Amino acid sequence: MDIILKDITKSYDGQMVLKNFNWTIEENKFNFIMGESGIGKTTLINILMGIVKPDSGEIYGIEGKKLSIVFQENRLLEDFDPVTNLKLVADKDTRDEEIKTLLRELGLEDSLKKKVSQLSGGMKRRLAIGRALIARADIVIMDEPFKELDKDLYLKTIQLVKEKLKGKTVIIVTHSEEECEIFGGRKIIWKDIQERIYKKEL
Amino acid sequence: MKDSITRDNNNIILRVFSYLFWLIIWQVIAHYLGNDLLLPMPFTVIKTLLYMIKQEAFYITVLNTFLRIMFGFFISYIVAILLAVFSYNLRFIRILLNPLISFTKATPLASIIILTLVWIKSSNLSIFIAFFVVLPTVYTNMLKGLENTDTKLLEMAEVFRVSKYKRIRYIYLPSIKPFLIAGGSLSLGFCWKAGIAAEVIGLPQNSIGEALYTAKIYLNTADLFAWTFLIILISMSFEKLFITIMKKI
Ligand SMILES: Nc1ncnc2c1ncn2[C@@H]1O[C@H](COP(=O)(O)OP(=O)(O)OP(=O)(O)O)[C@@H](O)[C@H]1O
Ligand SMILES: [Mg+2]
Repeated sequence: MDIILKDITKSYDGQMVLKNFNWTIEENKFNFIMGESGIGKTTLINILMGIVKPDSGEIYGIEGKKLSIVFQENRLLEDFDPVTNLKLVADKDTRDEEIKTLLRELGLEDSLKKKVSQLSGGMKRRLAIGRALIARADIVIMDEPFKELDKDLYLKTIQLVKEKLKGKTVIIVTHSEEECEIFGGRKIIWKDIQERIYKKEL
Repeated sequence: MKDSITRDNNNIILRVFSYLFWLIIWQVIAHYLGNDLLLPMPFTVIKTLLYMIKQEAFYITVLNTFLRIMFGFFISYIVAILLAVFSYNLRFIRILLNPLISFTKATPLASIIILTLVWIKSSNLSIFIAFFVVLPTVYTNMLKGLENTDTKLLEMAEVFRVSKYKRIRYIYLPSIKPFLIAGGSLSLGFCWKAGIAAEVIGLPQNSIGEALYTAKIYLNTADLFAWTFLIILISMSFEKLFITIMKKI
């Protein structure tokens, strides 16, 4: 089943962020959403996850589904090592070998025993992506997942995500046309479906 | 590496020196006063202490007081933690407990000791007093630790449907641990002071408080000093032990 957002409206302290927002997220496909900074992408994702309640509107096709996410700000367990971070969200029957392999594929094999707080920005980002991949989910949401990665790792990580999530319902927030093309997913551009409210109201 | 070792050594020497310094000050003043009743010499106190620890009754006395205060401490520590957990989860419990916590915080210990003596046997006094000392401190600290827990991580755990056990182990515990250690070690030291004060007033048999009182009656200042040192020693070592164990959890 597709996920359908219907007439979602949300404002923060009188500032309208989403106004009658409509979007159909296609099942088992990569769905990209692009839009400039501060326009409301993260807010939209938070509404999808149930972290933020919309003022009005309906969402169909997400209830009861298991979600997995790459947050814009990682949200890792900083005092624990990468393995612990993945185990936190992994099912009981996920083998240690599977976790180690994934960390190796993400280029984190040298940091297995380090605390997350000792990792670099790009390493943390890859770990956050790894966490979203290890959780067995029906829907995967990623908020600018590849932004802190430089060239080599950037392409490698994109390939890995593409491979692992093929056939799943995936929502990716991005600023990059290139990413949309590599994934070959469905792309929506924010201003095509939503007026730029916040500027209009100023 | 080498540098830090010499710095550590210097630190130790400095620390030993600071103890020596005050010992010498003490000796000088005691010598100047020349009256064992007012201020006994360090040597006299050590001699008294060495004599004390040869008596069998000494161990009974110490154990009596130690067990009661520690029992009171642990029970209240656990109760305070549980109450804080309830308060964190249920608003009405928190509102309900609020006056009780403020009350226990503000009431003078002496009033509580005397009032308690009206209610219960003097031998159990220090258990009860520990409760009054530990409860508000640990409760307040624990609650602060819980509230300090990163809501962004809790949201993350909610989205990934992380189990209750893992949430406690990996998100709550790291956040509350420093607060639990601080609250515990703070109230532990206070527990000893208050517990002994209660014993001096309530005079349960074979207790350190009773021993202090007896020393006062017979104007035995050396005994008083010896007991005081002992209390400080036990209380400080237990606090260290407590912190070491808690850090391992
Ligand atoms: N919790 C909040 N309280 C008040 N205002 C908020 C809150 N969260 C977001 N906003 C506002 O809502 C608007 C949209 O923010 P949002 O984070 O959704 O943008 P974004 O499209 O994700 O931007 P970026 O690309 O920079 O991440 C911004 O103007 C922001 O200031
Ligand atoms: Mg954002």
